[in-house]
Amino acid sequence: MSDVSRRKLIATGLAATAGASVLAVTARLARRYGLIPPDHGGLFGLGETLTYAAQRILTRHSMAREFSRSQISKAPFPNCEAPKEEAFQRLQAGGFADWRLAVDGMVARPASFSLAELKSYPSRSQITHLACEEGWSFIAEWTGVPLSHVLDLVGVLPQARYVVYFSIQRDWWDSVDMADALHPQTLLTYKMNGGELPVGHGGPLRLRVPRQLGYKSVKYITRLTVTDDLKRFGQGLGSASPEGGYAWYAGI
Amino acid sequence: MSGNPLVRFDEGRVGRTLVSPSLLLYRETSRARARLPTCYHSRMGDSAFLPTSAAAIPATRVTSRPQHSALVRVTHWITTLCFLALLVTGVEILISHPRFYWGEAGNVLTPPLFKLPTPASRSSVPTGYGYVLPDQNGWSRYLHFQAAWVAVLTGLLYVISILFSGHLRRNLLPSQSDLSWRAISIGIVDHLRFKRPSEAEARSYNLLQRLTYLFVIFVLFPLVIWTGLAMSPAIASVFPAAVSVLGGQESARTIHFFVSVFLLLFLLIHIAMICLAGFGSRMRAMITGSAGTYKERP
Repeated sequence: MSDVSRRKLIATGLAATAGASVLAVTARLARRYGLIPPDHGGLFGLGETLTYAAQRILTRHSMAREFSRSQISKAPFPNCEAPKEEAFQRLQAGGFADWRLAVDGMVARPASFSLAELKSYPSRSQITHLACEEGWSFIAEWTGVPLSHVLDLVGVLPQARYVVYFSIQRDWWDSVDMADALHPQTLLTYKMNGGELPVGHGGPLRLRVPRQLGYKSVKYITRLTVTDDLKRFGQGLGSASPEGGYAWYAGI
Repeated sequence: MSGNPLVRFDEGRVGRTLVSPSLLLYRETSRARARLPTCYHSRMGDSAFLPTSAAAIPATRVTSRPQHSALVRVTHWITTLCFLALLVTGVEILISHPRFYWGEAGNVLTPPLFKLPTPASRSSVPTGYGYVLPDQNGWSRYLHFQAAWVAVLTGLLYVISILFSGHLRRNLLPSQSDLSWRAISIGIVDHLRFKRPSEAEARSYNLLQRLTYLFVIFVLFPLVIWTGLAMSPAIASVFPAAVSVLGGQESARTIHFFVSVFLLLFLLIHIAMICLAGFGSRMRAMITGSAGTYKERP
């Protein structure tokens, strides 16, 4: 073995060891700072983890773009019909007077709010873009109570890491990390473009997460669960989306 | 060796006045130096600096230096795989809404800029077809972004390394003297006439080839990455100007589509040119590094 190849072998070995150590430390740090998404396993876990980690680092405090009133879309596309669930239709017949939002999990004071109560809290209005992962979009003004306000009312425990939210439609549930849950633009929305939130757009209550694609803004919200572990929900992938083949994180 | 007007030995050094400067970049070992007169070590691009008579250098052995460096070969094939994955998944994502808009927003209730005459994978899109294609959006989006990550990281590695290795300067950037409208038009005419390059010319990238590669690497790829990222609501929240200068998120999507069409066009022409230049030897050159059958004429 010549000098050159021995030197090469040692250098390669050192580089490989260094690489492996860097990778191990990175994985540890990523886990510690919550940069690993719940759907990190499987064939596409690498890309998903890179996307979530990179965007989470970049967007920790960023604000979704807000638009002027003149940019509001004249024809926002609702993309769904009214839920067929009997429970929904009963509540709709009563003008949603009996609609309630339950909040449980890792909170000091589990509670249940009526729509009237939610509407009595300080509200926020914002004109934001809603883009579907299919490629279409619209701009609308959304009004609601910041999710962070409701979470403050119930007292989120310090070990909380995610907020899971459930629709009255059984197949629809999702979750966001605390960065999105506590973000000032994440709203429990009950008004759109100045009027009541139409049923087609998620009325009476929709969680709007404007820094992610439309499918994270789940319609007809009835329950929030604060947790430190998404493994206990559904298949443990964080939401119904990965169970249907779609990414949990929808920042792109 | 005394009969060779271009290469001669001068106390173990290559005569500076007689040989193209690019040859001097070649790091010689004493063994290689001893072989130099008979075995002309050419790398892709070297002959671009030599007068055409360089092909007449007496040579009996097949060149031993790779035509494409290992880094170029590895990044080429990783990029190829990623591009094919991005292409297939891009089409799958596209057919969930084969309509395009200009500006920030657009949906089936607003008039499109144009639409593609294909069926859609969503019943909500009016296409005129009586059926809906199966939904492949989930895994397509997962794979699209995974392939994009690998392609972008590979591209960064490639660009950084060609900056330092001299590959960019020697083999991709056209020399000042080559770069003229006259040379470009001659190149276009030669291509249109399917004129085969001389052996010496075939050893290096020609002018049109250089300009095309530079355009793909430094214009189309950055643009497709930028317009792709501009569609991300999270990225838009951090770099709003990156979206607004494009005209909005739907404009970014439309530009992304056209840049992808240009990249596909490049791929098709690239494959066509490889078939014309000799599919087997070109593939061998990009896989093993040496064209194999290429022998310099005595």
